[in-house]
Amino acid sequence: MTHHFDIELNELKQKLLAMASHAETAVNQAVEALVQRDYGLAIRIKENDKVLDQFEIEIDDLAIHLLAKAPLASDLRLITVAMKISQNLERVGDEATKIAKRARDLSQEPPLKNSIDLPAMARLAVELLKLSLDSFVNHDPAAARALIPRDKEVDSMNKQIHRELAHLMIADPEAITRCLSLMIVSKSLERIADHATNVAEEVVYLCEAQDIRHSAAAAARALSKE
Amino acid sequence: MTESLKTQPGLQGALDSSPPPPVVLSPNESLRTAAFTVRELSVFFDERQVLNRISLDIPARAVTAIIGPSGCGKSTLLRALNRMHDLVPAARIQGEIKLFGQDIYGKDVESVLVRRRVGMVFQKSNPFPTMSIAENVTVGLRLNGVRNRSALNECAMQALEMSALWDEVKDRLDAPALSLSGGQQQRLCIARALAVQPEVLLMDEPASALDPLATAKIEDLILQLKRDYTIVIVTHNMQQAARMSDLTAFMYLGELVEFGPTRDIFTNPKNKRTEDYVTGRFG
Repeated sequence: MTHHFDIELNELKQKLLAMASHAETAVNQAVEALVQRDYGLAIRIKENDKVLDQFEIEIDDLAIHLLAKAPLASDLRLITVAMKISQNLERVGDEATKIAKRARDLSQEPPLKNSIDLPAMARLAVELLKLSLDSFVNHDPAAARALIPRDKEVDSMNKQIHRELAHLMIADPEAITRCLSLMIVSKSLERIADHATNVAEEVVYLCEAQDIRHSAAAAARALSKE
Repeated sequence: MTESLKTQPGLQGALDSSPPPPVVLSPNESLRTAAFTVRELSVFFDERQVLNRISLDIPARAVTAIIGPSGCGKSTLLRALNRMHDLVPAARIQGEIKLFGQDIYGKDVESVLVRRRVGMVFQKSNPFPTMSIAENVTVGLRLNGVRNRSALNECAMQALEMSALWDEVKDRLDAPALSLSGGQQQRLCIARALAVQPEVLLMDEPASALDPLATAKIEDLILQLKRDYTIVIVTHNMQQAARMSDLTAFMYLGELVEFGPTRDIFTNPKNKRTEDYVTGRFG
């Protein structure tokens, strides 16, 4: 491929890195808005979602342009992975927007009397997202493989929070609206962790040309070999 | 053939004296019958060594592509497979090539009979200019003593059908071969090769002189032919190799660098030189 192709490929990488940074920031800010009950911050996040949507469009457009040049080997893997990761990051942005909307609504209502440990779940989901994006930046399939099984922790926390909120709604019907909002937040955090896992699987494919999607057992076996 | 490998003057130090890595096929590929078994093949033209200890198994009824930069020895390897270098006084071959278990350079093996089993199609189509379309197809059979007109006609029809040319020429079989377009002439050459019922077809950049439409027809034809024939194709067009071949051999400076399933070579090559070549970053 020509020098010009390399320039365009680098442009694709830089766009993806910028998009990743925006997505990570969006989630961090959404969680902060929720925890701090910050109405102003919650509003700003919703507006920033358009940035991630635009990134996805630009990355797809550039990727198609590069694919038309019939790239091969690692170039081909990078371009196809970039399209998939950008799709996952756009969805992360959507989930951050959902959290921000709930944070906006909840900030206008009194806090629940019972504490629900959403902050702990949020910290884990954000950590997994950061680890997955770092594994892409650092070209580190081992780090990507290591975070995949931890998605189950987030799933367990989501189920636990749903149980606690269900009990709370039965005990205190006036809290139902707030509990439902928190259930949506919990679900969004669980989805963010899923997207982090998807990104990690794409990093493994990019670096090793191994497709480990839909195979938690395969990922666990690979980890045990290392 | 048992000539021992000699170090040539002027090449000392330039040759890698350690044995080349063994050829390893993927588990699925290793189950295929090998049409060609090539071991330690070296080719010299006078003092110049062009191929250095090539070893690989070319599977039967599959398309094997040979890729690499200009001057890497692709065509030299191809021509060794049907003893074309016998026609070059300066050429010298060392090593072994077996065709379905038979040493094609064996003492009692006639090169003409090898070339009947291993047909060749060249980069520039070369129909015999003074012959008609039908005569071009049947020339190999007539040279082998077949005289029965209906047998020749039947054979011509089958060969032209196999090369996807019959419908285009059936009403003008007596027309001069040169009245055909470039793509049609190339398919005529393929028909000519098929008429003598070879086991293998060697193709040296068969579509490089053709327009995209004619190229697509040749590629479709190759994909059909591989059901019944072993095909080895030299190409400088990597996308063509990716489209058509089952296995790909990457060569550089007379050596076989990497050989494996085409999908692996073009999506996840093991050797950095292969990666650099297929991504266009070579040199």
